[in-house]
Amino acid sequence: MSVLVVVECDKGEVKKSSLEVATYGAQLAAQLGTSATAIAVGEATDANLAKLGEQGISKVLYDKEPRLKDFVNNAYTKLIATAAQQEDAKVIVLANSNIGASVGSRLSIRLQASLATNVVELPKTDGGQFTVKRGAFSGKAFSDVVLSGERKIIAVKKNSIEAQHEAGKTAEVVAFAAQLTDADFADAPKQVVMQDQAGGVLLPEAALVVSGGRGMKGPENWNLIEDLAKALGAATACSKPVSDVDWRPHHEHVGQTGITVSPNLYIACGISGAIQHLAGVNSSKVIVVINKDPEAPFFKAADYGIVGDVFDVLPKLTAAVKALG
Amino acid sequence: MKFLVCISNVPDTTTKITFTPDNKEFNKAGVQFVINPWDEYALTRAIELKEANAGSTVTVINVGEADTEPNIRKALAIGADDAIRVNAAPKDAFFVAEQIAAVAKEGAYDVILMGKESIDYNGFQVHGMVGELLGIPTVAPAMKLDMSGNTATLEREIEGGKEIVSVNTPFVASCQQPMCEPRIPNMRGIMTARTKPLKVVPATAGDARTTVAEFALPPKKQGVKLIDADNAGELIKLLRNEAKVI
Ligand SMILES: Cc1cc2nc3c(=O)[nH]c(=O)nc-3n(C[C@H](O)[C@H](O)[C@H](O)COP(=O)(O)OP(=O)(O)OC[C@H]3O[C@@H](n4cnc5c(N)ncnc54)[C@H](O)[C@@H]3O)c2cc1C
Ligand SMILES: Cc1cc2nc3c(=O)[nH]c(=O)nc-3n(C[C@H](O)[C@H](O)[C@H](O)COP(=O)(O)OP(=O)(O)OC[C@H]3O[C@@H](n4cnc5c(N)ncnc54)[C@H](O)[C@@H]3O)c2cc1C
Repeated sequence: MSVLVVVECDKGEVKKSSLEVATYGAQLAAQLGTSATAIAVGEATDANLAKLGEQGISKVLYDKEPRLKDFVNNAYTKLIATAAQQEDAKVIVLANSNIGASVGSRLSIRLQASLATNVVELPKTDGGQFTVKRGAFSGKAFSDVVLSGERKIIAVKKNSIEAQHEAGKTAEVVAFAAQLTDADFADAPKQVVMQDQAGGVLLPEAALVVSGGRGMKGPENWNLIEDLAKALGAATACSKPVSDVDWRPHHEHVGQTGITVSPNLYIACGISGAIQHLAGVNSSKVIVVINKDPEAPFFKAADYGIVGDVFDVLPKLTAAVKALG
Repeated sequence: MKFLVCISNVPDTTTKITFTPDNKEFNKAGVQFVINPWDEYALTRAIELKEANAGSTVTVINVGEADTEPNIRKALAIGADDAIRVNAAPKDAFFVAEQIAAVAKEGAYDVILMGKESIDYNGFQVHGMVGELLGIPTVAPAMKLDMSGNTATLEREIEGGKEIVSVNTPFVASCQQPMCEPRIPNMRGIMTARTKPLKVVPATAGDARTTVAEFALPPKKQGVKLIDADNAGELIKLLRNEAKVI
């Protein structure tokens, strides 16, 4: 019996959300009195995988099949299912990412497991029941869900648990071969196109986000958002109307019909705070609102606010961040 | 080409979420239900592809009780040809996936389209489950879908970019923007929808694997702390020293 953690890697590095998942898996394993093994997917280096020891992982399985570098749904599912069987994993933990959740749902059928996505806390496991807390109603509520059956799969919402770093601990990296065949790669991507990230931070993984709405008036003013984001090391985001009119790319649109983010800090600039926008950001730990209208609904959901003109306030904030050094 | 479009019946996006006094169920009182916004992309794209491929049909399916029929009719008004309602309360994602897979198998559909996720339970699960139950690929979430004969080319969103994927029918895809501009029903559509077939079928066996023990609302915010615009730099100090987030 063990806990199996699925670790996503990119360009040799373990993704931030997977460090959180590794921490979650290790803490869950401790709670259940067992150990946590990881299976790595994507492009990884042995040295970075060994460092998963810092999150409490004891062993990392890694299949060096080159076609596993990109996400291939069937191949990943078989790889992880094979690892789960070998390790006799009763719980599989993955990131609630497009990759993690896609593989998780297939695995739940293949392994006859119960599945919870969007999970925000360690489960309660006393009294023979396995109950997880997950986000529902687009950030407007939580639900405690009882998972039945022998095997469970948990997809952990990003930024809901802080990655632990116990310096010096290393995990053993073990070669793993799932005996994948060409058929397993039938749905392999033909091409992978990454966003232009010139110096920027990836929004879905970001701990800090600076976001702009219609109050920014036009794309030519986005340097104000970008300057503050750069000074903070934050990602940039926007409201739906802003991406609808192509001031910003669609992948920056947050909200009920965009992506959901849960950073430590969300700074909303010239965004009114419509309920559909809030649905994508309301699990942020701290919300700052800058709006010239004191009646803007966003202030009700904010922790800090400035009633003022973004064109005046944003440069001041950027300067203040730079002054922090 | 036979398209099957899965639609979920969800509270309108402006709904204030509340629960029954025991916190075990969503409080439906006074709530307006709509077609899940993501599913509108699936539906419209299926109709567009049908129009481009003569002889195609679009069937919508919902797993739900009779109260979902107004939204099924709405899907017919938007342009689906017929509908199937699996008459059961949707117990959980696995249960729903089993129902859809059974209908899909029986009807030998070529393309099964869904939304990216339901805006109520936020599962992001049903598409992967249906694909696996049928042993066919799932592409989730897809931002673009084009068909040429039996081959589909899709753009799949991944964190930080996209993949171009090509699959042959049958397959499952879950849809999101900017796939198409979701259509709204017109008067003629509404009239013809009344007479389009809506078949009600019983649920096939199927157990739920999860149960909701309790719902809860997020903790209330303390209230906003306002900083004077002339003294905006003070905010940065508070974020560092008080909130400790930077
Ligand atoms: C089904 C559905 C789904 C939706 N999904 C989403 C979604 O996912 N995400 C989303 O964001 N929206 C979504 N919306 C749209 C949403 O309802 C709002 O229309 C939208 O969020 C408003 O965007 P905004 O705040 O940028 O613009 P506005 O509402 O126009 O607000 C602009 C704000 O900027 C302020 N402002 C103007 N000038 C300045 C200035 N110089 N300095 C400071 N402040 C200034 C104004 O006071 C105002 O509050 C959805 C709507 C529907 C119906
Ligand atoms: C009274 C009531 C109680 C419920 N209790 C629970 C519960 O305890 N636990 C639980 O998990 N769910 C419960 N549900 C079911 C829930 O509404 C969903 O139908 C189901 O869980 C799938 O949602 P999801 O978020 O996992 O779907 P996702 O995987 O997010 O949905 C992806 C796509 O699948 C399709 N789809 C989803 N649901 C349906 C459907 N019903 N019919 C047709 N297509 C669909 C849509 O295209 C959707 O965009 C309950 C529903 C009702 C009405």
